[in-house]
Amino acid sequence: MLTKYLRLLAAALAVAFTVAMPVSLNAQQQPTSVNPTADSVKEQQLLQELNKIQGRGTIPDVKSYTIEQPAGREWRHFHQVTLHWIGGIAVLGMLVLLVAFYLIRGMVCIESGRSGRKLVRFNAFERGVHWMTATCFIILAVTGLNITFGKELLLPLIGAEAFSTWSQWAKYAHNYLSFPFTLGVVVIFLMWIAGNIPNRVDVEWLKEGGGIIGHKHPPAYRFNAGQKMVYWIVVLGGAIVAATGYLLMFPFYATDITGMQIAQVVHGVVAVLFVAVMLAHIYIGTIGMEGAIEAMWDGSVDLNWAREHHKLWVEQEMQRDETAKSPRTAATPAE
Amino acid sequence: MARMKFLCDADRCIECNACVTACKNEHEVPWGINRRRVVTINDGKPGERSVSMACMHCTDAPCAAVCPVNCIYSTADAVVLHSKDLCIGCGYCFYACPFGAPQYPRVGNFGSRGKMDKCTYCAGGPEADGSKEEFVKYGANRLAEGKLPLCAEMCSTKSLLAGDGEIIAQIYKERVAKRGYGSGAWGWQTAYHETIAT
Repeated sequence: MLTKYLRLLAAALAVAFTVAMPVSLNAQQQPTSVNPTADSVKEQQLLQELNKIQGRGTIPDVKSYTIEQPAGREWRHFHQVTLHWIGGIAVLGMLVLLVAFYLIRGMVCIESGRSGRKLVRFNAFERGVHWMTATCFIILAVTGLNITFGKELLLPLIGAEAFSTWSQWAKYAHNYLSFPFTLGVVVIFLMWIAGNIPNRVDVEWLKEGGGIIGHKHPPAYRFNAGQKMVYWIVVLGGAIVAATGYLLMFPFYATDITGMQIAQVVHGVVAVLFVAVMLAHIYIGTIGMEGAIEAMWDGSVDLNWAREHHKLWVEQEMQRDETAKSPRTAATPAE
Repeated sequence: MARMKFLCDADRCIECNACVTACKNEHEVPWGINRRRVVTINDGKPGERSVSMACMHCTDAPCAAVCPVNCIYSTADAVVLHSKDLCIGCGYCFYACPFGAPQYPRVGNFGSRGKMDKCTYCAGGPEADGSKEEFVKYGANRLAEGKLPLCAEMCSTKSLLAGDGEIIAQIYKERVAKRGYGSGAWGWQTAYHETIAT
């Protein structure tokens, strides 16, 4: 019995030793303190790699998984400094230019005087689309500029409460009027594309500076090179502000925080440049040129105005008129 | 006056989300809005860390700078608060915020943005301290009662610290000195343009 117990004891001791030995060896090899941060994620390293720190969260809002995006400070600089400069220079610069031009050149008159005969230039549908888009644009421009410049220019004048109420309505107007504006840009694109493809006549027109300086009138079809530029600025600029605007209006549906910031930058820059160009368009369509407003107001222009500014278009119209009036000549061409 | 700050000791955060729950309950924050959240970086990999993040109440706050109606302001304690009466829900503060703090209820047109909501450092808003109107709009005003933000107060591992910047920086420094390691004060460089030398 005793020997059996001794043998069991020896076996138990042996087992205990073999288990205990590696443990004590490990304890001797390990350093006295552990440093778990040695191999952990580090803030500065993550920021340097991605300029953003993201992880996994437990709430449905995926945006909240980004815990740090210092790019917000760069976007702030754009919004508070860069955009103010671009917008200020573009809009004020254009106004200064137009005033100076008006003082030097004055209104471009119909040199041969009014003929008394009228020529239809834009039909009711064209004018309707133009004025719908134009009205939307003016409201969008004012409410848009309010977001960037309002708190410096308007807030001190009317106070925080009134400015907030106005800005709230301005935001609604900006959001809702984007729809008819976008529709207007699309219809303008389709409606006037035929007359707005650049051609050789435009090169000549541009070489002569459109006759802006001096009293020469380079020939043009229905739309001259300047008008074609306005057309393409409206179509392309309108497309860009609409696309970026809808990204901002439906936040985070299609893009992440970086995308939202880029969308706002593009929207802001294109929009202030768009406003500057439209100021020039409004100028030349109203006080800048005698007889121009009639084209969009009642739809017809004086024949002499048309002869001076759109000689080739008048010739086309006359030819079409004649063919329409005398069906015999139309049926049997001379050649 | 104190300069109030948050400090999340990522080496202590166990991602229990008690801070998130405490915040939601204390301020009766509506469904879909989270003033505070816990995010785990490198989840499941060696060296993963969790960080509890909310508004950091930045020095020279970017949200306040970009707000088109100037509705965001800093208090004497350097807590960044805002007026929901003036906010128009444009969303610009979210683009500028380095920490994704501003939240918007989906009540606006196109289901997008209502008036912004964010962490108030348990300090309410512009209304009278402790008033019913203040509670409805911004939640409890613990600071006016002499209490610190609840998220930090009830953090089980004392990972999240709130209080005067110098004091919590000192606590963190002592901790790091004693245990021999620390991954730093997350977000401090971005929020306060300074970090804690350890």
